[in-house]
Amino acid sequence: MNSQIKISRETVSAAKKRLLKMHFESGVGHIGGNLSALDAMLVVFHEYLGADNKYVLSKGHAAGALYTTLWSIGRLNDHDLTTFHKDGTLLAGHPPAKGISDISFATGSLGHGLSLAAGSALGFRLKGNNASVFCLTSDGEWQEGSTWEALIFACHHQLTNLTIMVDHNGLQGFGSTGEVASMSPLWDKLAGFNVDIKIIDGHDIEAIRSALNQQPDKVQIIILQTVKGHGITFMENKMEWHYLPMTETQFQKAIAEIDAP
Amino acid sequence: MRKQLCEALLSRAANPHMLFLTGDLGFMALEPLKLAMGPRFINAGVAEQNMVSVAAGLAHQQFEVWVYSIAPFCYARPFEQIRNDVAFHNLPVKLVGNGGGYGYGVMGPTHHAIEDYGVLLTLPNMSVYIPAFDEDIDEVIFRAGAAHGPAYVRIGRGEPPQNYAVPRYAPWRQLTSGAGPVLITVGPLVGIYIAAIEKLHPDSRPNLWVVTELPLSGNPIPTQLLTQIQTASLLCIAEEHVQHGGFASALILHLAQLGVGIPKFRHLFAQAHHFDRYGSQPFLRRQSKLDCESMLAAITDD
Repeated sequence: MNSQIKISRETVSAAKKRLLKMHFESGVGHIGGNLSALDAMLVVFHEYLGADNKYVLSKGHAAGALYTTLWSIGRLNDHDLTTFHKDGTLLAGHPPAKGISDISFATGSLGHGLSLAAGSALGFRLKGNNASVFCLTSDGEWQEGSTWEALIFACHHQLTNLTIMVDHNGLQGFGSTGEVASMSPLWDKLAGFNVDIKIIDGHDIEAIRSALNQQPDKVQIIILQTVKGHGITFMENKMEWHYLPMTETQFQKAIAEIDAP
Repeated sequence: MRKQLCEALLSRAANPHMLFLTGDLGFMALEPLKLAMGPRFINAGVAEQNMVSVAAGLAHQQFEVWVYSIAPFCYARPFEQIRNDVAFHNLPVKLVGNGGGYGYGVMGPTHHAIEDYGVLLTLPNMSVYIPAFDEDIDEVIFRAGAAHGPAYVRIGRGEPPQNYAVPRYAPWRQLTSGAGPVLITVGPLVGIYIAAIEKLHPDSRPNLWVVTELPLSGNPIPTQLLTQIQTASLLCIAEEHVQHGGFASALILHLAQLGVGIPKFRHLFAQAHHFDRYGSQPFLRRQSKLDCESMLAAITDD
């Protein structure tokens, strides 16, 4: 499953800048949760996904990070990204149902993706296919009962070809996860299931790689300790960047921070 | 119809790409299917939202996936999963809801499925099957299985008169003829009307039709029925479904779009969501004026 390709810092920086540019040019918010998810998404797509495996973005509001990652691996081009959020685009604010072969499922309503991923993983097994399924959820998404239904199912069927990644940035729509509906620490609740849990820095490429290289004989959950708005100081851990579009000044400042040595 | 359902599914089970998911239901009915399908028979537990999305994930990998539960748990609880994960992607997930309409009558309102096909037909790519007689099941399951995209099968209870020769399956069937009004019914409700209508004099006997597949865009109205509607003095529709979004509104809209004039019109429909007393399916039909006596009054009362 692990390819010989190793993603470089330059590739990560280029993707981050392209993500910011796409959101800025489209006047679209949701950038905070895209920046928290991007690093792990890039590692999975560049190093682990290949043609056979499947990726389900359960936190569909990170569609920008997904489109940028597909651009980063050459599956979408610059022109495609300029259509983001525009009339007539395939690149809607949340992943579309049709038109992009690398995207299997329209997501955006939280609590669906892990079930879709579990069905996909079971399908691979029933076909005798060794392929793997990766699913990225948000942390707030674990407030959805259907996500727990999916975990029960995945564990009961021992879907060892399923890797669940949790973008644990601690902020949700109208407060922190601790303030809104705390399960802190989430991993203690998950540990009640027969799963393999790793808690890592979700922005440490080597740590992500190291976690993905291990193939436990259980459903694998990787808790990505992330920062909403990661890498842009004025966005980091600020709930408003779940919603706000960037001004020209803010965009230039963000790019400068990424380019800073 | 559950026995016939099990037999019909068994006849498809040799296909290694057919999967069956149940929401922990099927006791005393689906055991033979479970035995025949082995690991392809999956009890997904009491978790219908997950079951439908898992079915979508499986169908995305070219499996033909059947999902079974008591009717309301099959479409109402997981409606968003049906909409987002199945219908938007036009995946071959076949939903089978047992006890459609008032089938679970006295079990209470949570178990009534009287807005099922209206709700589901708002979704893209959805086909609906409402078999009227036990004898329909084999053909309905074949058709639902062969449908390119998602389908919903409302399983009820066939109630034809004793010794009635059920006519060969067709999505539209005319069961009686006469010079009276046109009466169209949806699914198994027709069974309780046949004997009474057959007794009427040919001068006043309705042309009784039963429809078992929707939407109308996939199951056009027969020319013969259109002609009867244009010449009848009364059109009556009876369905075990709420008024809003039911077959009647779809038919009237369709007729209007065709420019077909509509005669005097009566609609008999399910009303139990407004009741505060519960009972058997016959009781709830009576309370909703869907029973045979109320139907006869509706087609004869000026």
